[in-house]
Amino acid sequence: MSVYTGHDALTVKGLTVDFGSFRAVNDVSLSIKKGTITGLIGPNGAGKTTFFNALMGTVQPTAGTIALGDKNITGLSSDDLFASGLARTFQIPRPFKKMSVLENVMLAPMQQVGEGLLSPLLKRSLIKEQEKKIRQKALGILDFVTLSKLADHDAGKISGGQMKLLELARVLMGDPDVILLDEPAAGVNPSLTKILLERIEALNEQGKTFLVIEHDMDFIMKHCDPIIALAGGEVVFEGTAKEAQANTGLLDAYLGTGFDDD
Amino acid sequence: MIGIISYAVFFTTIAAILAIAVLGLNFQWGNTGLFNGGVAAFFGAGAYATIMLGGTPQPDQLGGFGLFYPLALIGGTIIAGALAWVVGLLTLRLRHDYLAISTFGVAVAFETVVRNASGFSGGALGMRGFERPLEALIANPFFYNLLFLLLVAVVLLAVYFYLERVIKSPFGRLLRAIREDEVAAQSLGKNPSKIRLKAFVVGSMIMGMAGGLFASFYAFISPQDVLPTLTFQIWAMLIVGGAGNNKGAIAGTFIIWGAWTLSGWGLANYAPIEAQLYTGSIQYIIIGFIIVGMLLWRPQGLFPEKLVVSQSGR
Repeated sequence: MSVYTGHDALTVKGLTVDFGSFRAVNDVSLSIKKGTITGLIGPNGAGKTTFFNALMGTVQPTAGTIALGDKNITGLSSDDLFASGLARTFQIPRPFKKMSVLENVMLAPMQQVGEGLLSPLLKRSLIKEQEKKIRQKALGILDFVTLSKLADHDAGKISGGQMKLLELARVLMGDPDVILLDEPAAGVNPSLTKILLERIEALNEQGKTFLVIEHDMDFIMKHCDPIIALAGGEVVFEGTAKEAQANTGLLDAYLGTGFDDD
Repeated sequence: MIGIISYAVFFTTIAAILAIAVLGLNFQWGNTGLFNGGVAAFFGAGAYATIMLGGTPQPDQLGGFGLFYPLALIGGTIIAGALAWVVGLLTLRLRHDYLAISTFGVAVAFETVVRNASGFSGGALGMRGFERPLEALIANPFFYNLLFLLLVAVVLLAVYFYLERVIKSPFGRLLRAIREDEVAAQSLGKNPSKIRLKAFVVGSMIMGMAGGLFASFYAFISPQDVLPTLTFQIWAMLIVGGAGNNKGAIAGTFIIWGAWTLSGWGLANYAPIEAQLYTGSIQYIIIGFIIVGMLLWRPQGLFPEKLVVSQSGR
């Protein structure tokens, strides 16, 4: 399934997040191998979301480091993370409503000449040229995620599943190395989930690394490898999909019965 | 006949000046989603600063530098922008209603300061001693007003075309994205705080320029001109015209200013004496009804925002 190259795309060391006296993530160390679709599972309250938020800079870790490749990205804000090559999608899609689907995608590239207050007056031809390229790329990516027919539609009026595809299209504009998907299958009809999965796997074959956070155990078992499980803010399992399936304790941990006994 | 024409010139001049301020607010609210409840402060900053920079020395008034008029107006615009920059930095973390409340507070504070700082801004008597540009050369007041209208129209058009260019550029796309979802925009590598501040400053500079023109037209500005009423009027114009649509913003200005003027005239001439005493208050009530009614029945305004489909790349 994956084209694992033996390098780490994302390395987390000793990550701890406290909310007051409550420790939501406790000393988590793990690495996401380059070229994998790594699944992260855990029951409610396992610290999944906090871990994810700490990765994405929306929650400041109490301790620990996060590295993207060789670059230390601990504590960077989400805009800087995107610029560094770590992109995310949202559990509940966040399209720019009242903007067309194409505009949503064209927004994403960094360093656009026209993103200034004077350049629209002074650098018209340069902007035009760049817009042409961005537009071409955006249309190509929309085609890839099967949304090209909706390019001129209001992004607030497409279906939830289409919004997830749109989010994937948006982050692809930035050519990220690692893409974090927050519950990609939640609330999406099965046929669109299938398209989304195919696209993820196609991108993976091109070398993109994915970290998928999912509630849905079946989804993770079928489509992700390796698999990491969190419970009670700690890593309780790290291994291949096969090992995960063979591990009955994991299921217990997931259901919240096994962890207390550890 | 000449009376009607000269009144039409006067009306159009004031409406066009207010339209510039409404365009500034549209940039902030319509395009970026910033709820500026203190329009009067930025309008006032531009107005006071223009007179201070371009006027003649007067007792109890700061300034009186007698600068060349365009410099005075640009200076007023920049000072309004500087105020917006400070206010913007302080309120950067605030959203929606909280931003509205704090900016409203800034406007009330501004009015209180200029009303009470009698050794600085002329206090309640206002700022005098401003000589209107070129007025000495044109003896006929009607022609002078016509010339002034031309100046205002040129500024209005320049602001309009500038804003249209900007909102159809990638920067406009950025503003709309911030308006729709800051978290998502930041996750795509954009810096919302920086962009919000830029939009806030530029919108306020445009309001300041409108204030500068307003003060130069009357050669006078007083605390009476920068009351919260002005903020509500500007907002009513934008809401009626259609937030996010610059043409709508201009149309809304003329409609509301027309209704305001007409209702004042109608009440003063035809209402019972008891009501005439309250003409101003009744007008405020009418404006309030218009805002609430529009928000209830046609929140998108008379000229709704159009979905932009990246024209510049075609």
